[in-house]
Amino acid sequence: MASTPRTQALTAADVVRRSIEGGRVDWRSAAVEALLVGLLVLTLGVLAWLLVVVFVNGIPVLAERGLDFLTSPLAARPDEAGVGQAITGSLWLMGFVALLSFPLGIGEAVYLAEYARAPWFTRLVNTVVRNLAGVPSLVYGLLGLAIFVVALGDVLGPGSASGRSLLAGGLTMAILVLPIVIITSAEALRAVPGSIREAAFGVGATRWEVVRSHVLPYAAPGIFTGTILSMARAFGETAPLILVGAVIGGFNVKYESVLETLQGRYTALPTTVYDWARKPQDFAGNVYAAIIVLIGVLLVVNALAIYLRYRFERRW
Amino acid sequence: MKVETEVKPTTDAVPDSPETPTIRIVATHAEIDESERIAPAATRAAEAFAVAEGEAVFELDDLSCFYGSFRAVRNISMSIPRNQITAIIGPSGCGKSTLLRSFNRMNDLVDGASITGAIRYHGVDLYGAGVDPVEVRRRIGMVFQKPNPFPKSIYDNVAFGPRVAGYRENMDELVERSLRRAALWDDVKDKLRSPGTALSGGQQQRLCIARAIAVEPDVILMDEPCSALDPIATLKIEELMRELRESYTIVIVTHNMQQAARASDVTAFLTMGDDRAGHLVEMAPTDQLFTKPANRTTEDYITGRFG
Repeated sequence: MASTPRTQALTAADVVRRSIEGGRVDWRSAAVEALLVGLLVLTLGVLAWLLVVVFVNGIPVLAERGLDFLTSPLAARPDEAGVGQAITGSLWLMGFVALLSFPLGIGEAVYLAEYARAPWFTRLVNTVVRNLAGVPSLVYGLLGLAIFVVALGDVLGPGSASGRSLLAGGLTMAILVLPIVIITSAEALRAVPGSIREAAFGVGATRWEVVRSHVLPYAAPGIFTGTILSMARAFGETAPLILVGAVIGGFNVKYESVLETLQGRYTALPTTVYDWARKPQDFAGNVYAAIIVLIGVLLVVNALAIYLRYRFERRW
Repeated sequence: MKVETEVKPTTDAVPDSPETPTIRIVATHAEIDESERIAPAATRAAEAFAVAEGEAVFELDDLSCFYGSFRAVRNISMSIPRNQITAIIGPSGCGKSTLLRSFNRMNDLVDGASITGAIRYHGVDLYGAGVDPVEVRRRIGMVFQKPNPFPKSIYDNVAFGPRVAGYRENMDELVERSLRRAALWDDVKDKLRSPGTALSGGQQQRLCIARAIAVEPDVILMDEPCSALDPIATLKIEELMRELRESYTIVIVTHNMQQAARASDVTAFLTMGDDRAGHLVEMAPTDQLFTKPANRTTEDYITGRFG
C-alpha cells in the first residue's frame, strides 16, 4: 500500500545487506601489514645492496679477465691472480667431504632412525649430534689442527706440506658437516610414515629389506637435499680451513697423482677471498669477482638441491 | 585330516596343554542353561565358545598385552576357528587392534610392547624361543586400517612380498592371480606399472589385500579394513572376504557392528573395565551373538546402549 512504503521496502534481504555491508575500515590490520612489509623491504634491501656492491665492483674484473681469472693461480699481482687453484681446491675438498661424510652420516642416521631400540640411547645421541651441529666451525678447525695437522701430520701431509694437507682440511670439513648430514637424513627417514614400514613387515620382510626397499628409497630425496645443503655449508666455511692451513698467499706445485694432491697443499675459494680482502686496495676488484664466483657455485648447488626436492617429492 | 571330537562337560574350557590328548568341544548357545547365563559372567560366556582341536588356528591362553606398564588387553582366552571369518568387535580403545597385532607379532615393532600368557598358532607357541617373527608374518598376513600401498607400481606392490620370500617362479602369473583373487585385476590390468597410490581408496585397500595374499599366507588379519572407505567399497571388501574365506582364515577387527553381523561367522565382543584394559566378554557364532547374546553387556552394546 502506498501509505506504508517504508515497511514494505524493508525486505529481509535489506536487513541482511545493511548488517554485512559497509563495515569499518580496519586500521589496525592495515598498520600491522604495512609494518611487516616495511621489515621485509628493509631486510631484502640490505641483501640487495650487498649484492649490488659485489656485482658493481666484481663484474668489471670478470669481464676484463674472463676465463683467465677463473683459471689463473694465486699471485702477488692483482692483474695476474686468479681463482683457478681455489676452485680446484674447493672441488677436491667437496668431493672428499662428500665421499666421507655421506656414507658415514646416512649410515648413522639409518641406525638411529631404524635400528636403535633403546629410547634413552637415541635421545642421548640425538641431543649430542644436535649440539655438535651448533658448535662454532672455529672449534672444528682447532680440533682439526690438533688431530689431523699436528698429531697425524706425518701421515696425512708429509714433506713440504708439513701437515697442512688437503686430507687434513677434508677430514676437518667432513667432521664439521657430519652432524648436519645425520640430522637431515634422520629427519628424512622419520618422515617416511610408519604405515609403510608396517606394510612391508606385514608381508614378511626383514628389517634390512624394509629399509633397503622402502624406507631409504622413499627418504632419498630428503636425504639428498639435506646432504647437498650441508655441502654448500662446507663450501662456504672459511675459519676452520684457515686454522688447518689452507694456503693463503700463493703456492706453485704440480701434483702428479691423486695421493700427492691429497697429501699436498691446497687453497679454497672462501680462504682466497679472505686473503685478498686483507691485501692493499688494488685487490678489491679481485675480491668482489671471487665472491661472485663463490655465490655462483653456491647458487648452482642450492638450485640442484631444490630441483631434486621437487622432482622426487612424495606426498603421503 | 579329520580330528575326532568328543563331547565332554564344559566345566574346563581352558585350552588343553599339547600333551593331554583330550579334545575340547564346541558348546553352542543352547547348551548354556539359564544359571550359567547369570553366573560370574564374562569369562564364562567367553569360554563357552570353543573350537575342536585341530580346527583352531589360534588358541589364546590367558593372554595379556602390555605397552610398558600399561595393560591394554587383559586375560583373554579364546580360539580362532580355521577357514572362518572371526570378527572382533568392541568400543574404541578396548584393545581390539592390540589383540589382533599380537597374532602376527606386529606389536614387536612397538617399543615396550610385551605379552604374558600364550598364543598358540596351530599348537605352536608364537612367542616361543626360536620363533622368527619374519616367518610368522609371512604366514599371517595383515591388512591395515588405512590403505597403505607402497609408493611403487601396482605390480611391485604385489610382487614385493613374494620377492623377499624368495619366490623364483612366474612372477607375472602370481601378480595376476593375486590381483584376481582380490577382485582388482579388471580395474588395473592395463596399468600395472602405474603407482598404487593413484588408485581410489577402495582399490588401494584391495591392492593391499592382493599384496597380503600374494605370499600365500595361512591367515589374514584385517584391522578395520573398511573404516576409511565408502559404503560401496566396503561392500566389495566384504564380498571379497566371503570369497577368501574358502582358502584363508580371516580375523577382522571392526568398529562397525553391521559389518560384523553381515560378514563374519564368529564374533568376539571385547570391552574394557575401569583399568582401560580390554577383556573378552563373549564369543559366539555371529548370528547367535547378535540375536541371543548370553551376556548383558553384549546385549547393551549390540543394541546401541553404549559404545
